[in-house]
Amino acid sequence: MTLLTRRAALVSGVATSGLALAGCERIFMADRLNGSPSFQRVLGVAQGWTLASQRLLLSGGAMAREYSLADLSPRFKANGTLHPSGDDYARAADQNFANWRLVVDGMVARPLSLSLAEIRALPARTQITRHDCVEGWSAIGQWTGVPLGLLLRAAGVGAGAKYAVFYCADNLDGEPAKGGEQAPGQYYESLALVDAVHPQTIIAWAMNGRPLDIPHGAPLRLRVERQLGYKHAKYVQRIELTDRLAGINGGKGGYWEDRGYEWYAGI
Amino acid sequence: MNAEDDDAPEGGKGPNVAPATGEAAQAAVAETAVELEVDAKAEPERVLEPEVEPPAAAEAPSRREPPEVIHRHTLVVRLSHWVNALAIFIMVGSGLNIFNAHPSLYWGQKGSELDRPFLAIGAIATPKGPRGATVIGPLHFDTTGVLGLSKVHGVATARGWPSWLTIPGFQDLADARHWHFFFAWVLTINALIYLIWSLFVRHLQRDIWPTVGDLEAIPSSVADHLRLRHPTGEAAKRYNVLQRLAYLGLILLVFLMIATGLTMSPGIDAAAPWLLDVFGGRQSARSIHFFCASLIVAFVIVHLIEVVLAGPINEVRSMITGRYVVRREHA
Repeated sequence: MTLLTRRAALVSGVATSGLALAGCERIFMADRLNGSPSFQRVLGVAQGWTLASQRLLLSGGAMAREYSLADLSPRFKANGTLHPSGDDYARAADQNFANWRLVVDGMVARPLSLSLAEIRALPARTQITRHDCVEGWSAIGQWTGVPLGLLLRAAGVGAGAKYAVFYCADNLDGEPAKGGEQAPGQYYESLALVDAVHPQTIIAWAMNGRPLDIPHGAPLRLRVERQLGYKHAKYVQRIELTDRLAGINGGKGGYWEDRGYEWYAGI
Repeated sequence: MNAEDDDAPEGGKGPNVAPATGEAAQAAVAETAVELEVDAKAEPERVLEPEVEPPAAAEAPSRREPPEVIHRHTLVVRLSHWVNALAIFIMVGSGLNIFNAHPSLYWGQKGSELDRPFLAIGAIATPKGPRGATVIGPLHFDTTGVLGLSKVHGVATARGWPSWLTIPGFQDLADARHWHFFFAWVLTINALIYLIWSLFVRHLQRDIWPTVGDLEAIPSSVADHLRLRHPTGEAAKRYNVLQRLAYLGLILLVFLMIATGLTMSPGIDAAAPWLLDVFGGRQSARSIHFFCASLIVAFVIVHLIEVVLAGPINEVRSMITGRYVVRREHA
């Protein structure tokens, strides 16, 4: 009798725990809450706390850890667009990107239009850093490129400019791991100026000592080492300084941001 | 006390057990089981002094000694308990959804599909069609139906953890991160309030930190737990040594969850690179985060079983109102 009731109690205890875990949707209506804009606004409040606290912690300009050559990932996973579609990019790739230009415009004193050769001739920074994808994986690579701060100073940051927006040559139509089907769109990204002029924020043209390859963003990609991988825009063609993100594509400051991801991706 | 008497459900039964009115079927089964067990144990005692809890102390028939009611949990403990319960529930569900975006674990600084995970969950193609597979080191397990391949709205779908365990139920990394990071703040603030308060009023030192005597009593406490015997009388008024160790362990686990969670943040890694050294790298931190979460789930399961075994109404009420009926010592 006792044994039986104890077993029943144990079984019911396990069943209760299982039921509590299993009942997300039915008991807590998690999916219905998830679909509620006002609930999402509540959750979104935490993004402001995260941004404010990381801004405070990083106010001294802390650097992301740099690794040694021995730490390089033997194979560095490429994600997102692996090869931009379209004739323009195909022609540029055929020409080994000799005619690729990077435009810096918007709220600047002197708009720039630089060829790949001109960019490679500028002072470069080489850094071995860890790339953290929002999905959860990490890879370590060596990147060489021109500090973005140097380009922005050359262009002259206009009064009131707050963001650098990066326009890319690729269209992306989402990845299942990031939440299923996504509407295709031009890839773009944006940074606050404080992150844009950080010494480790570079427009990279080489990876692991070789010219950047197409899956990793040839000929130019952004490296912004204190944030997640989706901020590191590949195939960059144009950098625009602006005082607002509203009005640019979905208005949230990036391809993935327009699809629900955090604009500040330091977490 | 008087205000609480209205909801005292102990009317005609023993003081330890309440009739399962208005409870879910699961709870009813659980209570019946406990009731039977308790009745069997309490039989000799009951003959000596029939236990009917008085509706209020003042109106109690004088010849019957009322069961002792104590104020077991302070308001801070009760509030932080329920905030913690909600936050952990949501953190586990949303964490599993986030895990599903890359259902593999690695050790060290780096790791992706192109490296070697020590744990991987996924769907694989077999001659019999797709199967769910879980690989831990050299071991392969067919986990179709739960891990790797499970039904979403009746359709077999490649998915790390099944839909019924994740928040939200559908796979969405962006939304799961919103849940996770909001409740991470809730969990952290709640944990800090609890910890600082507990140290200040010496709740941690007095009620949770085990004494030497407690530690010496581990074998007998283990034996009591295995026989599903719960403390009565004076012993029921304090946490036993296994409770103390379990609650200390939970505090440590929540601390580790927060620290390893922060180590996954590239921004925090720049501000506090020593975190990477403490946990052996970002991917190690991610794996430790997963292990600690698993241990917290194990804690919750044991905790719920113990609540059911110790008398769910009395235990849950003590965590809501603070009011706790002390079981008499066995004859």
